[in-house]
Amino acid sequence: MTGGTAAAANSSRAWRHPAVWLFAAFLALPIPAHFGANAYILSFATHAVALGLAALSLDLMLGIGALASFGHAAYLGIGAYSVAILSDMGHDDLLVQIPVAIAVASVFAGITGFVSLRASGVYYIMSTLAFGQMLYFLAQSLSAYGGDDGVTLAARSRLAGSHLLASDLGLYYVTLAALIAAYVLLDRIVGSRFGRVLGAVRQNPMRVRAVGLDPFRYRLLASILAGSLCAVAGVLLANQSEFVSPAFMTWQRSGELLVMVVLGGMGRLWGAVLGAICFLTLEEVLPGLTDNWKMVLGALLILAALGRGSRLSQLFKGVGR
Amino acid sequence: MIAPLLSVEGLTKRFGALLVSDSVTFAVEERELHALIGPNGAGKTTLINQLSGTLPSDAGRILFADEDISHLPLEARVRRGLARSFQITSILPDYTVLENVALAIQARSGSSFRFFGRVGQERALNDEATAVLTRVGLVGRSTARAGTLSHGEKRLLELAIALACRPRLLLLDEPFAGLGQEESQASIALLKELKSDVAIVLVEHDMDAVFSLADRVSVLVNGRIIASGTPDTIRVDPLVRNAYLGDEELA
Ligand SMILES: Nc1ncnc2c1ncn2[C@@H]1O[C@H](COP(=O)(O)OP(=O)(O)OP(=O)(O)O)[C@@H](O)[C@H]1O
Ligand SMILES: [Mg+2]
Repeated sequence: MTGGTAAAANSSRAWRHPAVWLFAAFLALPIPAHFGANAYILSFATHAVALGLAALSLDLMLGIGALASFGHAAYLGIGAYSVAILSDMGHDDLLVQIPVAIAVASVFAGITGFVSLRASGVYYIMSTLAFGQMLYFLAQSLSAYGGDDGVTLAARSRLAGSHLLASDLGLYYVTLAALIAAYVLLDRIVGSRFGRVLGAVRQNPMRVRAVGLDPFRYRLLASILAGSLCAVAGVLLANQSEFVSPAFMTWQRSGELLVMVVLGGMGRLWGAVLGAICFLTLEEVLPGLTDNWKMVLGALLILAALGRGSRLSQLFKGVGR
Repeated sequence: MIAPLLSVEGLTKRFGALLVSDSVTFAVEERELHALIGPNGAGKTTLINQLSGTLPSDAGRILFADEDISHLPLEARVRRGLARSFQITSILPDYTVLENVALAIQARSGSSFRFFGRVGQERALNDEATAVLTRVGLVGRSTARAGTLSHGEKRLLELAIALACRPRLLLLDEPFAGLGQEESQASIALLKELKSDVAIVLVEHDMDAVFSLADRVSVLVNGRIIASGTPDTIRVDPLVRNAYLGDEELA
């Protein structure tokens, strides 16, 4: 059932919800980090939380709407380049950068979605990949911003004039706040009228048409919402790495985002966040254990995919009318 | 004389070289139950697909409530009161029975571009969905996942969803196919009841059901309507007997 993952719906049971545990762990993480390898752990965690937000946004498309976009990293790039370009122009506040990133992402998602969503199944996937690659090559051609090499940021963004993000701890908590806000927002949306239609479109687009609704509009709006939230993740990721390059939006990164969602279990929202953490941790830990770590990772992915086989198969059913 | 609710003129459909609907012309009055019979492969489902807007037509015109709907897509026709059921059951397997029906009600009552209210707690949607499910006798299964229903229950749910669209004309493609004797009788009784509210085009192979329900019958053979009339005239029409009906079925 997709009638809302509903952390807030029943407060007496809310503490049992996996999302609550997940976010509580994130909130408490800086405490042990304080006694350990502080800077490294905090930077890794900020990276993971930002990509968790990107994966979460993709789950609205993939898990709820069965839209396997292979170009979602483009929105990380849009967010990151918004930071680089706006900072360069003297607009270094998140209150400017985030709205601009969201606006650009919405336009890009609207235009590319308008085209891609006319195609179905594998053609949709290929079309999103192509649009993602177009943006990648555009970024490569930005010689003022280092072209292929990218550009180092002069400083992190400000937040409402303050230098909160200058501290690693400040950046971590701002990133975490964005993730939690996005989760609450998407949880509401999934449980809303719009979310019910989107979930129905995943299961059976013809049935949705036969009750008088046009699946295209719901898919398009879901793509715009997901792209916008992912652009926010890009803004935060750029601040975490203090560096922006086309590598933010490679097709491999888009693939990794898909993998994160599948790994954590599609359509559960918190699963995508968990998937991002697991993926990044495995990527960090496995190379130290075995040279064949990519094979181990592959095997784990196949297991995760098989566990949710019924949903995975829906991706290749019709997307278009 | 008032114009019929649905009037179809010269409707044609080809699949490659195969002519599947051959200039079909017929009309359905308000509150009429119009049965469409014909052998397998006659083109009944194709005609339903054309009428509902699931498939585009190659030629011809469809007037519904005095409006030319020939070029409207399926979803726009549903919003004008032309709902259909599918020969091959089409439901939302991950949603509950209640959610399946509530979606159809939501689609015609208020915007679906609402993002924050919990749709599961909308009393108006749930109450109306419960009323529809009571009517088709499926209310006891409201909270079951639709994918777990038996075949017969799925057919009833399909009918409930179509009813929840509150149509003026219902296109039903073999609603009794694969039902047990008891389920079949219950569905026939239900259609008898519905007849007083809504016009129905019924595609059906079960001749007992057809002749007990229909006000008019049209016979489709190789994409052409070869006869159209009351059940009594169709029963004795020599052309129909020849082309389609086995004598024993008419006894
Ligand atoms: N999409 C399609 N492409 C090509 N041929 C088709 C297509 N759909 C149906 N046909 C052909 O058109 C003819 C009519 O099919 P249709 O399904 O409309 O018949 P029907 O009267 O509903 O049959 P049944 O009683 O078995 O349901 C058949 O010969 C069928 O093979
Ligand atoms: Mg048929």
